Amino acid sequence: MSKDWPLWEVFVRSKGGMAHRHVGSVHGPDAEIALRHARDTYTRRMEGVSLWVVPSAQIIASDPRDDAQMFDPAEDKIYRHPTFYNIPDDVTHI
Amino acid sequence: MPSLPPIRPEDEEVALKTRPSGAFDAPVDEAHRSTLFEMLLRLGDDSLILGQRLGEWCGHAPTVEVDLSLANIALDLIGQATHFLNLAGEVEGKGRDGDTLAFRRDVLDFRNCLLVEQPNGDFAQTMARQLLFSAWQKRLFDQLSASSDDRVAAIAAKAVKEVAYHEELAGEWVIRLGDGTDESRARMTDGLDWMWRFIPELFEIDEQAANAQARGLWPDVDLLRTGYDARLQTVLAEATLEAPKPQRPILGGRRGHHSEHLGHLIAVMQFLPRTYPDAVW
Repeated sequence: MSKDWPLWEVFVRSKGGMAHRHVGSVHGPDAEIALRHARDTYTRRMEGVSLWVVPSAQIIASDPRDDAQMFDPAEDKIYRHPTFYNIPDDVTHI
Repeated sequence: MPSLPPIRPEDEEVALKTRPSGAFDAPVDEAHRSTLFEMLLRLGDDSLILGQRLGEWCGHAPTVEVDLSLANIALDLIGQATHFLNLAGEVEGKGRDGDTLAFRRDVLDFRNCLLVEQPNGDFAQTMARQLLFSAWQKRLFDQLSASSDDRVAAIAAKAVKEVAYHEELAGEWVIRLGDGTDESRARMTDGLDWMWRFIPELFEIDEQAANAQARGLWPDVDLLRTGYDARLQTVLAEATLEAPKPQRPILGGRRGHHSEHLGHLIAVMQFLPRTYPDAVW
């Protein structure tokens, strides 16, 4: 067994209505302590109103070796951007 | 025109108990002022000394995350100390501010409880001290939020949220170390043993505290004891630890009778401002 505490990914909601965003990671022996470490590390300057921690081991990541087949095909599909919609000025965060 | 009734002694007593901030034409009451000053020193010094102690962990904690947790608590406490000591200086009215009180007093003039000046020891001992102190401070600040002095009430009401977090975090660590490995359990047991004898001082009602209580500045700390004991009992049960056996209580911090540890702490804390008086940065 590793002597290091497991790693947890930290997500912060900066204000009500916004999505949680990944901000980094912390070590912690369990979920409760990891949450407190996340609070003390990432929200000490009023950065957030809500916190998630997720065991890093639970994140399923894409394999960098598959980058070409995963992401390159999207490169020349500009018609997938809905640029012809007018977004009202007072709608933010889109 | 009828003359005003004479002022009876019992009327004077009522007048002396009126709230100084708000009462129209309230007489400057020297006894009130010195009681309030004394209690503010106790509050400020408790936070200042424990903040300084926790600051000693900076760069030395078991992990970088714990380092930040301890520094955060330390900074919360120093913030409280700044408020309480600045107000103490204002109440005293001799031109001293929070910095002067923190950095230009000597050991005998400090009014903190003995618990907060105890050495950090290992992480378990530090967390044992934190739980014993924060659980008390939380219950005290809950009550101080209703102090007859609006300024004290405002500081306590703001700080109590910080302290609630300190109490919870310390409790979580006591539980994990107590109900952890053989080594962490032995260390937590030793840590609690070291700190336990300083609990009675937190609940001591000396003359100053009784005066402050009579003036509505201070709660009856007897009433905090049940909740405090219950909280410790809950944490210890979850940590699968027994409460240490009652030990001979050690008192005296509130009168300036400190352990030898405080002098060393103050020497480090005051070195810079005493060497370079009025330095700014």
